[in-house]
Amino acid sequence: MPNRNDIFETINMIREECLDIRTITMGISLFDCQSDDEKRLCNKIYDKIMFHARNLVQTGADIEKEYGIPIINKRVSVTPVSLMCGGVSRDGALAIARTLDKAAHELGINFIGGYGALVQKGFTNGSRTLIDAIPEALATTERLCSSVNVGSTKAGINMDAVALMGKVIRKCADLTANNNAIGCAKLVVFANVPEDNPFMAGAFHGMGEPETVINVGVSGPGVVASAIRRAGDCNLTEIAETIKRTAFKITRVGQLVAKLASERLNVPFGIVDLSLAPTPAVGDSVAYILESIGLEKCGCPGTTAALAMLNDAVKKGGVMASSHVGGLSGAFIPVSEDAGMIEAARCGALSLEKLEAMTAVCSVGLDMIAIPGDTSEAVISGIIADEIAIGVVNNKTTAVRLIPAGNAGDMICFGGLLGEAPVIPVSKYSPEKMISRCGRIPAPLQSLRN
Amino acid sequence: MKAVISVVGKDTFGIIAKVSAVCAGDQVNIQDISQTVLQDYFSMIMLVDISRISVPFADFVDQMSRLGEENNLEIHAMHEDIFNAMHRI
Repeated sequence: MPNRNDIFETINMIREECLDIRTITMGISLFDCQSDDEKRLCNKIYDKIMFHARNLVQTGADIEKEYGIPIINKRVSVTPVSLMCGGVSRDGALAIARTLDKAAHELGINFIGGYGALVQKGFTNGSRTLIDAIPEALATTERLCSSVNVGSTKAGINMDAVALMGKVIRKCADLTANNNAIGCAKLVVFANVPEDNPFMAGAFHGMGEPETVINVGVSGPGVVASAIRRAGDCNLTEIAETIKRTAFKITRVGQLVAKLASERLNVPFGIVDLSLAPTPAVGDSVAYILESIGLEKCGCPGTTAALAMLNDAVKKGGVMASSHVGGLSGAFIPVSEDAGMIEAARCGALSLEKLEAMTAVCSVGLDMIAIPGDTSEAVISGIIADEIAIGVVNNKTTAVRLIPAGNAGDMICFGGLLGEAPVIPVSKYSPEKMISRCGRIPAPLQSLRN
Repeated sequence: MKAVISVVGKDTFGIIAKVSAVCAGDQVNIQDISQTVLQDYFSMIMLVDISRISVPFADFVDQMSRLGEENNLEIHAMHEDIFNAMHRI
């Protein structure tokens, strides 16, 4: 019989400390759906997704019930749709968007990702068509998510794409202005994007992935924060050890769920993403972990160092607990989805500049940040360029998900897991001349590893 | 296949009897019970064999949750593997 204390520890993690599996994401390749007829292309995409993911939601619900572990999201990611758009018109790209959204609704999944493009070195006709369609696609669908990779350590930064994405985000905000620019919450701009990420909005099914795959994202910031509080007045080495031990336990549950889902759906297991993903629920916050380490408020001096330690310890603990680790794997800092981040941003402790520094040491980037609605395209592109440069130079994933809405100090509410965010002020000085130069920032020296 | 039933709440008459009755009704075999009462606070862990269970395990989980609600107790039935995964290497 399992140890009594272990049993109550697990139950307490789930009931009191918000431990959950954040997502089971099924990746589905669309390569064999290609057709020169747009209607036929959409039909084939719809049929393939509906066939492979038909039992995804029920399987997730069954595992949740039998093992007593909440599984918050069931999602599907597909081949980057730009690869299907080579001979497709803009209307065709929009029809694919509606097809994916329809499939998501009928399957009962929370989100479907992959409406995106990889343009770190340049555009194909398909990627141009797709990116051009993104604002309208996101404004006219509900569950569709989009991502565009504009830089990599190997390729450098495609500044044409950075300039374009500033315009695309601006247009997304304008088209969904009466709904708190919700379109922008479903669009993320990446550097070094992982091809097996189960988390939205950046999930897609990479080119080297199998026909179908199951990837699982774990969560559990509340569990880590509680463990640190219980550790009491110890030094930072001991705090790091506590985080490692906790991350190991969390990830073991993720591995179990991934294995079960893979077996029951008869789909290969891909990876467990070790991320600490917060929710707006009180007690499920990465900011509270940092504060429990000893910061008065998340964003104060010391925050970057605390986050660096947290991110490293999560990986060290988690990597031993899973046979395959991938995706983003680290601590997330989405402002609107984290009660502690929201509070820190609201009281002025957390600025855009501090968030940018934090992204240099954690797993993603400037995520779910509301900026003033009148922020110019050039300034948005400048913020993207800075963040992408951090990823490209440091050989890590970084991303930008900005929501231009309201005025500095306003609260913008997105609802559900997307939460709410105070609008953070942005520098009024413009990088317009630099952004308009376009071109490609060359790959850094550290790309030459062979 | 085994499951763990945990019961926590204010001590009263017949808690074990009620949980055991549901187990017996669904052909769930009790293998081990560990139980304590601390300051009127009842806590029990029951290890059960579900290999011959007569209903879907998910239904059994629901029955236990309902029994808990009816008796002001917190009762959870969970597959044993989640505890083994988390605490055993």
